[in-house]
This record gives sequence, C-alpha cells and structure tokens, in this order.
Amino acid sequence: MTAQDLDTLAAPGAAVRTPRRRGLLRNRHVVGYLFLSPWIVGFLCLTLGPILASLYLSMTSYDLFNAPQWLGLENYRKLFFDDERYLQSLSVTFRYVAMSVPLKLAFALGVAMLLNRGLAGLGFYRSIYYLPSLLGGSVAIAIMWRQIFSYDGVINRILEQFGIFGPSWISNPDYSLYTLVTLAVWQFGSPMVIFLAGLKQIPQDLYDAAAIDGAGPLHKFFFVTLPMLTPIIFFNFVMQLIGAFQAFTPSYIISNGTGGPADSTLFYTLYLYEQGFTNFRMGYASAIAWILVGIIASATAISFLSAKYWVHYGDED
Amino acid sequence: MATKTDSPGRAFRPRRFMLHAALVAGAFIMLYPLLWLASASVKPSTLIFSDPSLIPGEIRLQNYVEGWHGAANSFGVFFANSFLIATLAVIGNTLACSLVAYAFARLEFAFKKTLFALMLVTIMLPLHATLIPQYILFNGLGWINTILPIVVPKFLAVDAFFVFLMVQFIRGIPRELDEAAAIDGAGPIRIYVSIILPLLSPALVTTAVFSFLWTYEDFLTPLVYLTSIDNYTVPQGLRLFMASTGVSAWGPMLAMSLLSLVPLFVIFFLFQRRLIEGIATTGLKG
Repeated sequence: MTAQDLDTLAAPGAAVRTPRRRGLLRNRHVVGYLFLSPWIVGFLCLTLGPILASLYLSMTSYDLFNAPQWLGLENYRKLFFDDERYLQSLSVTFRYVAMSVPLKLAFALGVAMLLNRGLAGLGFYRSIYYLPSLLGGSVAIAIMWRQIFSYDGVINRILEQFGIFGPSWISNPDYSLYTLVTLAVWQFGSPMVIFLAGLKQIPQDLYDAAAIDGAGPLHKFFFVTLPMLTPIIFFNFVMQLIGAFQAFTPSYIISNGTGGPADSTLFYTLYLYEQGFTNFRMGYASAIAWILVGIIASATAISFLSAKYWVHYGDED
Repeated sequence: MATKTDSPGRAFRPRRFMLHAALVAGAFIMLYPLLWLASASVKPSTLIFSDPSLIPGEIRLQNYVEGWHGAANSFGVFFANSFLIATLAVIGNTLACSLVAYAFARLEFAFKKTLFALMLVTIMLPLHATLIPQYILFNGLGWINTILPIVVPKFLAVDAFFVFLMVQFIRGIPRELDEAAAIDGAGPIRIYVSIILPLLSPALVTTAVFSFLWTYEDFLTPLVYLTSIDNYTVPQGLRLFMASTGVSAWGPMLAMSLLSLVPLFVIFFLFQRRLIEGIATTGLKG
C-alpha cells in the first residue's frame, strides 16, 4: 500500500470515493473511454476507415500516384469476365481449401483419438505432433518443403527404394498444388490439441451406457464420440476454413513468388499481392480483397446456418 | 475410452504396444522433414541430394558460415530487425490489449455492448481487407520502409483476438478483489495496475508468446512494408537465397532456414504447456 492509500484511509468518511480525485476521472464514461482509447483509434484508423476506403477504391482505378478514377463496377466485371488469371486463382484456392481443410481435420481427429486412450507419454506425443503446426507458417518450412518435393528431393529418394520414380512435384503443374496441401495437412497439430481437449470433456458414463447397450467401438464412435464432438468439429472447421482462404506464404515461397508452374499454385492472396504491390493496381486489388471478404463471410455464414442440422450442443437435451 | 487393454497391471499388452509403435512411427514421419533439414544443413551442398541418409558423414559448419553472410547482408542484421519488431509487438499487444480488455470486462460506459460486438466482428475480418488502404495510409504518413506500419497497430489493439482472450480471463477474476481495492480508495487505474495485471499474467504470457511467434514468422507484412535490405526481417533474408538458384546456395540456404527456426524451438520448449493450453482452451491457431 502506498502513502496515498494510507492518506485516504486516514481521512474519515472518504472511503469509497476520494474527493480529491480530479473531476474528469470521476466520470465513468471518461474513464472507460480512456482505457478503450487505443482500440478506438485502431478501430477507426486501421479497420473501419480502411474498409470504407477499400470499398470506394474497389470502384476506381488507382496507382498510388495519380488521383483515383471512378470506374463504378468495372473492376468487378473485369475480374469475373475478363481476367483468366483471377479465375484461375479462385479455382486454385477453392481446390486448396476443399482438400486441405477436411484432410487436416481428419488427421487431427484421428490422431487425437489415438492419443486419448490414457497412454503413457501422452504429453510427449502431443508435443511432437503439435510442433509442425507451430513452425509451419514460416518461410523456412516452405523452403524446406520445396527442397523435399523437388525432382531430386528426399521424397523421390524414398520412392526410388520402392521402384517408383516420382516427377518433380514442385515444378509439375499437375502435382504442385498437392505439395501445398500436404504442407497444410502436416500442420494438423493445433486442431488436434483442440480435439484432445474436447474428447476429455465427453463423460465416461456415456460410453459405459453404450457398452451396456452392447455397442462396439464403431458404434461408440458414431453414436457417442462424433455427436458429442460436433461443436468442436464445427469450431475447428470454421477456423481452418477462414485460415485456408488466406494462406499466402507457402504459395509465395514454393512458387518463388510467381504462383507457377503455369499458375497452378496461384493462391488468391498471391494474386491480390501481385496486383496491389507489384503492379500497383490498388483499385483492382481492393476489388479482389472485397470479394475475398465476401467469400469468407459467406462460407462462415453457410457453416453457421448448416450448424443447426448437425452440431449438437449438450445443453439442448 | 476404456477398452479391455486399459486394465491396470504390468503384463505385456500387445494392443497397447502396437499403439505405441504406430504413434512412434507417426512421430518419426512428422519430424522427418525437420531431421532432414538439420542433417542437410551440415552436409556439403553437393551431397544434400545424392546422400539421402539422415546421419551426415561429417559435420561441417561451413554452410552456416557462408549462409550468415550469404544473402547480400549479414543475418545478424536480419535477426536484429526481426527481434526488434517481435519484441515491440509483444509489448504493444500485452499493453494495449490488457487496457482495452479491462475496460470491456470491468468498466461501465456508453455503447459498451455495441463496441464489444464490433470488436468481435473484427476478429473474423481477413487481414487482406484492410491491407491496401492501410498501405496507402502509411505511405501518406511516410512510414514505408520503417517498422512503424508493423509495430504501431499492435499498440492500438488491432489483434482483437487477444482482447477477447483477456476479457474472458478478467471475467474469471473475482470482483470482490476490485471492490475491496475500491473501498481502500483505489481508482480504476490503480485497480488495473495492482489487481488486474498481476492476476492476468497467464493470459499476458499466452498473448506475449503468440504475438512473438506470429510476428516473427510473418512474411506478408514485412514484404509489403520493408523495402530496403537493411530493414529486412529473417523471412525476407531467407527469401533472398531463392533468387540465387545454383546448387552451391542450397547448403547455406538450408542452414539459415534451420537457424531461423531456433527461436521458435526455444519458445516451444520453454512455453510448451502454455501454448497447448492456450490452444486447447481458447482455440488460438498455433
């Protein structure tokens, strides 16, 4: 307790509110907004303002040096009808999301179930399986991946032992996207940790009751584990979905900034970066960004709408 | 899940043994790329591909020496830049997010519910939505090629997820503590400093660790804002290697890649439990 506190205590009748406190700080609104001020400034200048600016810019042609030229919806029309590379980036990104998210969740759930058997060394296994998802976003890992899947990389060395002579996974447009999907799936650790926490929450009596009813392991999985886990599956699904649409670093590094070969790894965000910061077509890039917001918002909304058909919350019963 | 093999006792249990064997094999596959990277980083560049064994014949640190100076600038500079940015991000996020979280969790003021809802919405907002206009703003302020566009937003609580994390945590701190302090004459500022902050430390550590990791790993933001090589961060330094494609550059490139992961390994070993709890209880992406 400081001297000032002791002062206050000593003064009779001054217990709850110190009369000497400066006037403004006695107003709860002022105090609240004082604490909130960093966020208010950030929200107005770095989120709300930029979003509105971006909406306006998306209807202009703007190169950072000359004043924006009003185009109306021209940028959007062009994207969908006159820009094959944009459509390619959409297609690549949707395929990437459609493959990486379910596979990642399947691995995460599968390994979490194996680990949730009261094994000795659980902490050890969990840490090892989690590690790649901690490192995975870094450039170093993308560089490593590029080397491993190159023509004379270690994957082909291993396949050779089995008499299979693999292609150059990275520089063949038929396979390059799969290397990015594998890289994403390798990082199943963080949804796995969340699944593990969820599995521990399932009451043992449910399994006991199912066992009395004669349920085997398969029945227990489909009628106890899976339904009880649906809120967690839903959460993981939405988070991974949002994240996958925004993936950038692996595509940039593995394709050396080009999205190649033959635009086969041209992620949405890579195309946005290219238009905005290589070609300085800021208006066009803003339109691309707005469509991404729309896609992510719709994907999230659809997930939430679908949730009432398959997500079971325990408190409903 | 209780199966028959769960019964206590030291008898050899084949199913359990098989499970361990499968998990160990899986762990090896998961770690294999990293082991390969470690082994390749000490091999001569010419042997990286021709010699597939994980155990290098001899340990050569030549790649590290060449790599350290190999990317047109010393990696000492890149590491210094990265650490400076990541440290400032940690300070900014812990400070700003805890102030804001305290306001949302404990103080009463006009439009609190609306503002809280707005903050939650920003968590879902993709970074790319604001990237271009923010660039235009920072360009207008003359901040391009400085660390300000990366660091200043952290002091403005833009990473709203951490605010949410801390709000949840503060709600779990008994209000009696605040009230007792208020009776002793403490105002909100003193309650924040001497009651909330100390009790919030687990959430502060989680925020600090994830802020460091994400900022240190981030590639897009430095790529957009840091244009001169003296300001490059470690990921940008690694990127420079890829411009030179000769076989001779592979060894140094892989050595520096591994070196760039060392701070992440250190954090992983120091804060393992906190990381895993942070993910398990709040769904932070790892």
